[in-house]
Amino acid sequence: MTNDKLNKNQIEDVSKFFAPENKKKNVETPDGQIIEVNPLSDYFSEARPKVHEPNSSKVVETFLNWARAESLWVLGFGTGCGSIEIPPLLTPRFDAFRFGVQMRPTPRQSNVIIISGYLAVKTLKRVIRSYEQMQNPKYVLALGSCTINGGMYFDSYNTINRLDKYIPVDVYVAGCMPRPEALLAGFMKLKELIKAGKAENANKYVENFDEYKANQKKIIKDWNMPDYNW
Amino acid sequence: MEIDFNKILFAIIGLIIVLNWGLLMSSIMRKIGARVAGRHGIPWFQPWVDLVKNYAIRSQITHGVMFYLGPVFRLSGGVGLFLFMPMIFGSDLWINFSFKGDIILILYFQFFGMLGMALGAGEGGQPHSFIGISRGLSQFTAIEVPMTLAVISLAVQYQTLSISDIVEAQQGGFMNWTIITNPFASIAAMLSLLGAFGHSPFNLVKAPNEIPIGPPTEYHGTYLGVLRTNAAILHVVEAVLFMNLFFGGAGSWLELIVKSFLIYFWSVFVGMVFPRFRIEQSVVWFLKVPLILGIIAIILL
Repeated sequence: MTNDKLNKNQIEDVSKFFAPENKKKNVETPDGQIIEVNPLSDYFSEARPKVHEPNSSKVVETFLNWARAESLWVLGFGTGCGSIEIPPLLTPRFDAFRFGVQMRPTPRQSNVIIISGYLAVKTLKRVIRSYEQMQNPKYVLALGSCTINGGMYFDSYNTINRLDKYIPVDVYVAGCMPRPEALLAGFMKLKELIKAGKAENANKYVENFDEYKANQKKIIKDWNMPDYNW
Repeated sequence: MEIDFNKILFAIIGLIIVLNWGLLMSSIMRKIGARVAGRHGIPWFQPWVDLVKNYAIRSQITHGVMFYLGPVFRLSGGVGLFLFMPMIFGSDLWINFSFKGDIILILYFQFFGMLGMALGAGEGGQPHSFIGISRGLSQFTAIEVPMTLAVISLAVQYQTLSISDIVEAQQGGFMNWTIITNPFASIAAMLSLLGAFGHSPFNLVKAPNEIPIGPPTEYHGTYLGVLRTNAAILHVVEAVLFMNLFFGGAGSWLELIVKSFLIYFWSVFVGMVFPRFRIEQSVVWFLKVPLILGIIAIILL
């Protein structure tokens, strides 16, 4: 199936799920002019994401990768039971600030998203939106067995089993639940990958964009958002 | 008109010193905060790494022209404040482009960056930005009232509107500093300084954990890098302004570093002790205590 065909079919399919404020409508301006507003094309991007190549100079790229690794800004997004393992990282006992790990409240400024545990289909939608709003380079850290194969929720009607079918994952931290030490070890592994220049999953997501979108739409039945929302 | 290249060169060197001192100061303050909480805290070089990381973000999006200009306005507010501020007293080279009556311009520049940022963040379209902006502007208006009263009191006391002249009048030992000779104006200004630095209890503009991060919610990558560069410069320059007005200025860079550190530490210290005010509480507070002190300072002269 080509991408164009997929998009067209999907738009026809999903328009019935659109919230009232997302539907096309005519609005009267204060001057009495009638203008057409289509929120999906007016407020969101219709451009496909682009691949952003690393810097061509190897020395520069190594230095920038070092800075990226030493300054990991984590999006405060908790899914499932693992999100309770994140707050202890900021306490005196574990103190992730030592390693340059800091929490950010907005996806725009974050580089790392932690998928902390099982992911309900409803949450997956929010994860995709948050992930796409993050800027390249961005990294995904998957916490717990649920993100690998579904864990104890492997036959649940409402949770996904394999996270990397929907967004590319950099580091898995196995366990049910992993302790904060394991999460810190995951951060160390992520730092190694970034410093070695191997954490280019943001570009991988763009290159395999159609595949990821097809997977996402297969599981999210009420797809009522644009295909790419930056 | 002649262009004095020497002066421009020294202004640029001064800006680099101020930027690096601002970054170091912020990391020291965060380190102190971590120690209070019983943690090790960030490495001392973390602000520089964050800055490089932000400038190295590969993809950038924009919401329009004003969104671009917001951080630029903010930076020009900070750099403008620096350019018209005499840094070292008695030196020809480190007084930048200060002139007679510069204090009026500096009061204006304090507001300039804020307004530019408000326009830029407004175009971002994020609701949290709007909340942050409305809070920031109302709080800053409340801060300006006691601050301006204190400055008027100083202008009457020293019969000048030039910062260099105010510093000169305070030379000859700490008994000549404004904080001793005009305590009411100084205390009113030092209390409004707490709001200008935006630490707790007056950090409701950015209010982490409440409205995600206020005005810069939509800013990322290079935009955020510019904003952080400006924050580092602005903190030092504001501290230097208060040092010049109330603490006798500085005769050398070492004195400047010690004094600006202590002035900045004053706001961090208060922030460590007190929890956050709501906006109506903070505005009312600024219009109560510091305002009355400012009026007393004017009446007593």
